Amino acid sequence: MAINWFKYSSPATFYPLAGRISPWFAGAAAILLVVGLYMSFFVAPTDYKQGEGYRIIFIHVPAAWMSMVIYLVMAGWAAAGMIWRTRLSSMMATALAPTGAMFTFLALWTGALWGKPMWGTWWVWDARLTSELILLFLYIGFMALESAIDDPRRAARASGLLALVGVVNIPIIYYSVQWWNTLHQGSSIKFDGGGVQSSMTDIMLWTLLIMALACWLYTIAVVLTRVRSIILERESGSVWVKEMLQEKK
Amino acid sequence: MKTRHKRMMLIVLGLAGVALIVMLVMQALQSNINHFFSSSEVVAKKSPQDRTFRLGGLVEKGSVRRDDLLVHFRITDNIETVPVVYSGILPDLFREGEGVVAQGKMGADGVFAAEEVLAKHDETYMPPEVAKALEQAEQSKQNSNTSPAAAIPAAVSTDVPTPGASE
Repeated sequence: MAINWFKYSSPATFYPLAGRISPWFAGAAAILLVVGLYMSFFVAPTDYKQGEGYRIIFIHVPAAWMSMVIYLVMAGWAAAGMIWRTRLSSMMATALAPTGAMFTFLALWTGALWGKPMWGTWWVWDARLTSELILLFLYIGFMALESAIDDPRRAARASGLLALVGVVNIPIIYYSVQWWNTLHQGSSIKFDGGGVQSSMTDIMLWTLLIMALACWLYTIAVVLTRVRSIILERESGSVWVKEMLQEKK
Repeated sequence: MKTRHKRMMLIVLGLAGVALIVMLVMQALQSNINHFFSSSEVVAKKSPQDRTFRLGGLVEKGSVRRDDLLVHFRITDNIETVPVVYSGILPDLFREGEGVVAQGKMGADGVFAAEEVLAKHDETYMPPEVAKALEQAEQSKQNSNTSPAAAIPAAVSTDVPTPGASE
């Protein structure tokens, strides 16, 4: 069965599709968030070294993961837009940026709140923290550049280029704790040679993964909703939008 | 070659170029990106001699000595150790055998005078009971190697002590 993906790269067909599927993602995200938060506070055990304070990991790590994943997806859409010149691509990149910036800020903020009681400082300029801060600036730069240029095509090209160049920062963030001496600890979940190893107790790991999945679903729901308003805004002069609005009346 | 293939190539080549540049820059800045020097590097005089830098490693077990407000301890990377003196509040996670990053200057007497001490914890998370069980298992394993007289739960240690082998 071959799906004609290009059919959905047209805003006119993607708009109703996004509207149909986004509530499902929102609902699933809400359920998983409730389960995940309950597990974070009441099911996951106290840590032997950090006591109750370590529980901030259940929001800190999913937020940090999302900040990186969203950037990769955003850059992927930007590249797709440059290669195939599909209108939807740049709209998707634009829709992803604010959520990515929010998760980056959340990762930095929860990291500071965690750092103060455990390390003894809100902030240090080590490789992990600094590269994550650069990621926040990349998101902000992308959004600023995109909105500074009036012509959507030129805006997409300029901001897309910035998004693509910024991709090199992602492996730097991820591997910073291995490549250099940092105050930030290494990854609790390691991928080596196809196997996955975790240095957390299973129940803590499951709680973390459920919270991460909730963040994924939240992101999908929010981005689909946001892209719908971007589509309406940019296509407001087109026939299909006018027809749709007429039908609604 | 179609136009879109050309664009694809251009993006891939562009990204590879940027990645190469960043790699070279990071290679050149390697020592500046590292957040701290290890005790071996300090002993080998690779750290700055007359200005502030950060020293990181483990707090050597049994090295912490409190002298009024001053805290004396040694930072080790299990190869070399550097003595440190610090006056101030230590973070809660500051413990013997745990990670630490101290910022300060090397004194003329070879003692690192720290102005700030931060705790560096690792990426292991587990409940206290599990940590305790692991510690006990570790201890009884060590005991079984040294003194056969020590009572060892059979479930923890599988080593069969040979009588008279130790002491």
